[in-house]
Amino acid sequence: MATTWDSVIIGGGHNGLTCAAYLARAGQKVLVLEARDLVGGAAVTEEIFPGFRFSVYSYVVSLLRPEIIRDLDLPRHGLHVLPLESTLTPLPNGDHLAQWNDHDQNHAALARHSARDAEIYDKFSRLMHLTGRAVQPFLGMLPPDPASLRPADLRGLAGLGQYMRSLGERQFHTLHKLLTMSAADYLDEWFEGEALKGTKSASGIIGTMQGPRSPGTAYVLLHHYMGELDGVFRAWGFAKGGNGAVSGAITAAARGFGATIRTGAPVAHVRIRNGRATGVVLADGEEIAATRVISGADPRRTFIDLVGEAALPGEFVEAIRRYRFRGCSAKVNLALDALPKFSCLADRSIADDGLARQLMRGAISISPSVDYIERAYDQAKYGEFSSRPYMDIVIPSMLDPGMAPPGKHVMSIFAQYAPYHLNGGWTDARREAFGDAVIDTLSEYAPDLKSLILGRQVVTPADIERTVGISEGSIFQGELSLQQMFFSRPAPAWAQYRTPVDALYQCGSGTHPGGGVMGAPGRLAALSILGEKK
Amino acid sequence: MLKTTPFHARTAALSQSHAWRRWAGHVAASHYELSHEREYHAIRVAAGLLDVSPLYKYLIEGRDAVRLLDRMLPRDVTRCQPGQVLYTPWCDAAGKVLDDGTLARLAEERFRLTSADPGLLWLEENARGLDVTIRDVSASTAALALQGPRSREILQALCEDDLAGLKYFRILATRLGGCRVEISRTGYTGDLGYEIWLDAADALPLWDALMRTGAAWGLQAAGLAALDLARIEAGLMLLDVDYVSARKALTVDETSTPFELELGWAVDLKKAAFVGREALAQEAARGPAWCFTGIALDWDDYARRFREAGLAPRVPAAPWRMSVPIYSGAAQVGYATSGAWSPMLKEYIALAHLRTPQAAPGTSLDMEVTVAHRRVRAAARVVRRPFFDPERKRG
Ligand SMILES: Cc1cc2nc3c(=O)[nH]c(=O)nc-3n(C[C@H](O)[C@H](O)[C@H](O)COP(=O)(O)OP(=O)(O)OC[C@H]3O[C@@H](n4cnc5c(N)ncnc54)[C@H](O)[C@@H]3O)c2cc1C
Repeated sequence: MATTWDSVIIGGGHNGLTCAAYLARAGQKVLVLEARDLVGGAAVTEEIFPGFRFSVYSYVVSLLRPEIIRDLDLPRHGLHVLPLESTLTPLPNGDHLAQWNDHDQNHAALARHSARDAEIYDKFSRLMHLTGRAVQPFLGMLPPDPASLRPADLRGLAGLGQYMRSLGERQFHTLHKLLTMSAADYLDEWFEGEALKGTKSASGIIGTMQGPRSPGTAYVLLHHYMGELDGVFRAWGFAKGGNGAVSGAITAAARGFGATIRTGAPVAHVRIRNGRATGVVLADGEEIAATRVISGADPRRTFIDLVGEAALPGEFVEAIRRYRFRGCSAKVNLALDALPKFSCLADRSIADDGLARQLMRGAISISPSVDYIERAYDQAKYGEFSSRPYMDIVIPSMLDPGMAPPGKHVMSIFAQYAPYHLNGGWTDARREAFGDAVIDTLSEYAPDLKSLILGRQVVTPADIERTVGISEGSIFQGELSLQQMFFSRPAPAWAQYRTPVDALYQCGSGTHPGGGVMGAPGRLAALSILGEKK
Repeated sequence: MLKTTPFHARTAALSQSHAWRRWAGHVAASHYELSHEREYHAIRVAAGLLDVSPLYKYLIEGRDAVRLLDRMLPRDVTRCQPGQVLYTPWCDAAGKVLDDGTLARLAEERFRLTSADPGLLWLEENARGLDVTIRDVSASTAALALQGPRSREILQALCEDDLAGLKYFRILATRLGGCRVEISRTGYTGDLGYEIWLDAADALPLWDALMRTGAAWGLQAAGLAALDLARIEAGLMLLDVDYVSARKALTVDETSTPFELELGWAVDLKKAAFVGREALAQEAARGPAWCFTGIALDWDDYARRFREAGLAPRVPAAPWRMSVPIYSGAAQVGYATSGAWSPMLKEYIALAHLRTPQAAPGTSLDMEVTVAHRRVRAAARVVRRPFFDPERKRG
């Protein structure tokens, strides 16, 4: 073997790439090994039908860390995030609820349903803003280990304690409620409109095998407001060219710093000598030596498949086995001949042409009420997919016409619930049956949809597991439920990117602060590795 | 009473925001939607259609047209080919800039000059004894800017001539959707883009044809706020905002030479006499005292100012136009005249006049910003204009 790499990174997901960029920036010799023929993991753009380009899995950028955007100079490498300005919730009775970024427009749209909701919205937003700001620093910090007596951990814990005490009383209690309540209950304390509560509660169940009435789901409501804090960085939005362009920009930055990135290079296992990682072996037998190995794959794949239980302490193996994936989200990607017409916008007294078109540029949410989503969950609880799923829809070609041929469109439908552990398992027929459930449900709101479909791709959790390699197709490399966040992600005592194997680290969404196209795990892993060396 | 442009019937119908500005005595849309943001992104990702009819436009024809223009402008007009367009400032006898605009050579003896201020008098004064006719066609010629990466495809869909051959700063007489037009590969956004010049009587049909055809490529009507943002990213200056015309300046300090505006490249001291030549030659030898350049704020320092005040960092929601002091240590070394948060570059950028010793790229400076009603200084550094310069602009 000619070269020894300072760091070999398993997996070219956006976190592995981010980690590589930071390490290479610091002067390390870095090699990224990606199993697929393209980098990006769950953040890729692929031309599924000729001329139609899709963000096949993740479809919006959320919480992408501003410090990464700046440190890696991502705009110069092609990152251009376009704002999503509205959310449209079509209703079964032919009406609709619209939410807008523009304050006055939002107020008027909410007041159509409830003057009370429209007015209290400002108060709600202000409190969530303040609480979000209080929690946001956690996203950027190395979680201290509460059971450790190391000075750094003690300092970290003391800092946390002080910080919590410094929160205003109001924010402290809000935080407490958000951590313990269900999204539905929390929203009930504020709002009366069913469509508003349904749509807002949905952010608490994304990627999680829970319903809006499950305790703990309220917390994720905060993430939205944390996103707003970075508003100027457009932490939420649609990347020009799709989410593959995010991975592309990070790749360009990493290469610019001298990192080497290989695709079509699946790692079969991590080589371990005397409890220390010394490199990796590829599926074709090629051995690659490295001073350290960093895995961007999920914790189960990393430890159970690539390291092997025999090389790990039993307690740790148990913790990893207990770590929950339970993927339940699917994607339906459509190539469309034209823009579908939503019947709730047909009435010209409700929305003129301009307004209707503008709403097609934002998110479209099939979430008419909390009950609707909870019912969708009920079916999944017992191993069936939802016959009327919750959906979060965007039409990327309305924002970036380059995603489709002129005049044509692409539609991205994120749908829940499609549980990984489906009764009888996923087959091609079951996949298409779920696709049909999505299209049939959506057609109730957009009757011309079926006649416009030129191509359709259905992606179930089983497909995500097979292509992207994430266990059980969990979109966040493991649920973002409270018991597996912060100092417990992925396992107690091992939340600081280190692992029980010397010189083996983790940098994927299965580590703090978790999933989403935000790059934070990759960056924090790199920073903690670089900090250790000193 | 403010004038309206030939496109007003369409632009007024599109205005959801009722946000209008004044431009050269006309009402012009600031933004059509409630915010300018989408219109800006359309310019960078798809295409934006802008009504730029308020520009002053003069037709200069005749045997001595070249002589007049070569005498009046600091660029070498004798080398401007028919079908070519020049960007140019022009100066008074003291070498101070009066205005800037584009000069298109439409035919051997026919030019069109655009300007931000009225320029008929200055043209006529310089034309004494020459065989030229000068016509103010500002009202009879309508103008549109179609700017953005998809602009070429949109125009091509409506045009029989092949536009791939129309190079940067070239102009072509052709037909567009049945209307007689001239299309120049020019604009004020620093992006791939075109300006379309036409008879005001054809304005509405052409607007309709462009909007109808352009929809497939994401074309969006865009107002002046989006344009302002784009032109700041492109590092392009604006009369009355970034510099004062020597015609209006009340003190010498207010005036600028082309060299001070970093337009030295547009001053040809080798050619025959032109207005301001002596003064400019002297300044070229001496070196300008000022430099018009870009600055970018240091985000960490800027954000820290807000955190100290208990706030999340805020950036200006729209581009600003005012004079903002810039310091090097304790001393004021210049002032910014336009600034904006660039949504695409994710940087707070500004255009500034700096004393030459402090104007080298990379120089650390401070810009005054207001945080929670307090004036504070935030770290900034000098960067070369343009901030944004995509390949496609010329390619
Ligand atoms: C359907 C879906 C929708 C989503 N929607 C959104 C959204 O809209 N917004 C958002 O912010 N987030 C969304 N997410 C979540 C987000 O995409 C992920 O959290 C994030 O992309 C994970 O990035 P990562 O780098 O941590 O890991 P991954 O993207 O999982 O990358 C891991 C990489 O490792 C590679 N790999 C695995 N094993 C090996 C091996 N043995 N050898 C070599 N390579 C290997 C894989 O091929 C993959 O490329 C979504 C995810 C899914 C699946």
